Amino acid sequence: MQINTPFFKQRAHDALHDENLQTALAKLKTGFPEKRAIAVERMPEFEALRNQGRDLKNHIMEHLDLYLEQFETKVIENGGHVHWARTAEDANQIILDICQQVDAKTVTKGKSMVTEEIGLNDFLEQNGVQPVETDLGEYILQLRQDHPSHIIAPAIHLNLEDVSEAFHAHHNRPKSSDPAVLMQEAREVLREKFVAADVGITGANFCVAETGSTIIVTNEGNGDLTQTLPKTHIVVTSIEKVVPTLEDMTLFLRLLARSATGQEFSVYNTLSTGPRREGDQDGPENFHVVLVDNGRSEMIGTEFQEMLRCIRCSACMNHCPVYGAVGGHSYGWVYPGPMGSVLTPQMIGIEQGGMLPNASTFCGKCESVCPVKIPLPKLMRHWREDEFQKHLQPKAARYGLASWAFLVKRPALYRCFTRLSNWLMRSWAGKKGRLSKLPLASGWTDWRDMPAPQSQTFMQAWKQQQKTGDRS
Amino acid sequence: MSHTSSGPRVGLFVTCLADMFRPSVAFATVQLLEQAGCRVEVPERQTCCGQPAFNSGDRQTTADIARQTLDAFDGYEYVVAPSGSCIGMLHQYSDLFDVSDPYFQRAKSLAARAHEITSFLFDVLGSSALEAQLKQLRFEQKVTYHDSCAGLRELGIKQQPRQLLSHIQGVELEEMDEAETCCGFGGTFCVKYPEVSNRMVSNKSHNISNTDAQTLLGGDLGCLLNMAGKLKREGKPIEARHVVEVLAGMTDTPAIGEADYYRAKQL
Ligand code: SF4
Repeated sequence: MQINTPFFKQRAHDALHDENLQTALAKLKTGFPEKRAIAVERMPEFEALRNQGRDLKNHIMEHLDLYLEQFETKVIENGGHVHWARTAEDANQIILDICQQVDAKTVTKGKSMVTEEIGLNDFLEQNGVQPVETDLGEYILQLRQDHPSHIIAPAIHLNLEDVSEAFHAHHNRPKSSDPAVLMQEAREVLREKFVAADVGITGANFCVAETGSTIIVTNEGNGDLTQTLPKTHIVVTSIEKVVPTLEDMTLFLRLLARSATGQEFSVYNTLSTGPRREGDQDGPENFHVVLVDNGRSEMIGTEFQEMLRCIRCSACMNHCPVYGAVGGHSYGWVYPGPMGSVLTPQMIGIEQGGMLPNASTFCGKCESVCPVKIPLPKLMRHWREDEFQKHLQPKAARYGLASWAFLVKRPALYRCFTRLSNWLMRSWAGKKGRLSKLPLASGWTDWRDMPAPQSQTFMQAWKQQQKTGDRS
Repeated sequence: MSHTSSGPRVGLFVTCLADMFRPSVAFATVQLLEQAGCRVEVPERQTCCGQPAFNSGDRQTTADIARQTLDAFDGYEYVVAPSGSCIGMLHQYSDLFDVSDPYFQRAKSLAARAHEITSFLFDVLGSSALEAQLKQLRFEQKVTYHDSCAGLRELGIKQQPRQLLSHIQGVELEEMDEAETCCGFGGTFCVKYPEVSNRMVSNKSHNISNTDAQTLLGGDLGCLLNMAGKLKREGKPIEARHVVEVLAGMTDTPAIGEADYYRAKQL
């Protein structure tokens, strides 16, 4: 996927002026967070589960090699294949090879952010294999040659009219704006694709080491058809998704559904354990798991290891006031919101991704709702430290900070400076008590007034009082 | 009570914003602490808590500022500031030093002694310490309260200022929608991403004006300057004050960003 992250500000500007998007974001702001709050309210042990989830994930990351190898062994025992992909390119090639082995013309796809991350659709298309997204949101996006703006509600930025137009342009049927009609239309069109597909590709929310199973969690059921109808099922997932046991998996399922949509349980929780066995009613003949690394193993042993706990629930972006203002596309790559602001620089490099970890007030809301307690603001700050060390911040910001630091570290000089600027601001403001323009602070005064200092500085006033003993 | 009392010796961390923009916030803090029986001192070698450097990724400068602050506040039983954000920063100082560095332990000690003012009055000294004085005050206003992020989420400040306010006669608190949502200040964020910040503070201003409140209260001057500046730019009649001004009965000074009528009259 094209990287537009350096243009965050321009994209944010456009997003702020896009009325349709703003309407959609306003709904999101109240939708998921309110449902989550109710679900959490109904579960007194939720906080304890979050701690358990955090600790368990920490344990897994300490022993990731062990659990991944155990998972691989089990998949093979079940008759499946495991492929290790260090990079996005490796992953794409592995998947294409499997498709070509079975002479695949079309593949159906369940919703998967990892395949977005590696740019699988474009790659398959360029090589003569047609991918068909089957998640309704993803399907709409594919018709529009668009990309997800949210990790679990990919088409959240679109409205009904957008969908109606996309269907009309591609389905060769009369135009409708009735959601029920559109839904039925999608069902009918997709049903043909399901039957025709040679390969089904899904992601995985978790990989269970003790059984060699993968699980997908959906509310549409499209994933089930994607993975059971074609002869070949490829699971494309990433290495941090492994959990030791089925029981451990259920802990995360409980956290995931509540944190994501406020559901107690997602509608479809589908486990895949190897290819069809003798006597099975259905299931694929070939079962492949592609384990994508793509920079994740480099995070182990660094301050970013904590990010590998992420279970992709989207709570952080649902509650983020910046995401809520500018939407997912402003972030300019696959992963938006706070989790994206930590992950994206890891995957595309801080040189290109630096805008994101800076686009945060560190309000801490994301960390407070994260089901595995990832300290997202702290990790964004680590990226800023990385930028600072590499001198990547804009010159004005660096010089500004350096001059400020020079003063702050010299209290006597600092007092002179504050006295002077305090006096200047008061003189400019005159009787009004506030300034509508201030040199070097147009970012502030373009949008709001700058309250002027009330009087001389506190330190001046305090000194005088101490001298005169006047405490009135 | 005077500052010669025998209560705990408290170092006031003024905060750079109160020093520069609103000395009455620091004076109100001093008064509240003295009323509660503390001996208050203002160490000369303090400047800023270092947050601008910390959040810009400059750990070296942050550590230098942390050392300076640690030196300045050595020996005080408590360190109190009228800001959850700055106290939150003081609590993080130990992350800046290696465990073998003597400043590490000193930073740990500071974190245990450093409190935001409303939390200090309510949680540390106990709610009864000031109750009698607060009950004598009168502030006939409908107010609404913005929960600043660091105070709320790092220090757990939510009920403390509300409880203290509830003792004052005439105060009527009406909660706004999304009182816990960030106002968009975020230190340098508001000038680095002005448009996004503006959207956030516009939402805030909208939620504030949807109440009947005449006065917006909060516990952090950064957020208050941001919100007051927006309310004034939009021509809204709502005034903004730091909560300590009300708690100390110092409400005859003009609110944040308001014209100084007394001075205007004199001129
Ligand atoms: S960072 Fe936390 S809240 Fe955000 S998607 Fe990952 S698990 Fe969910």
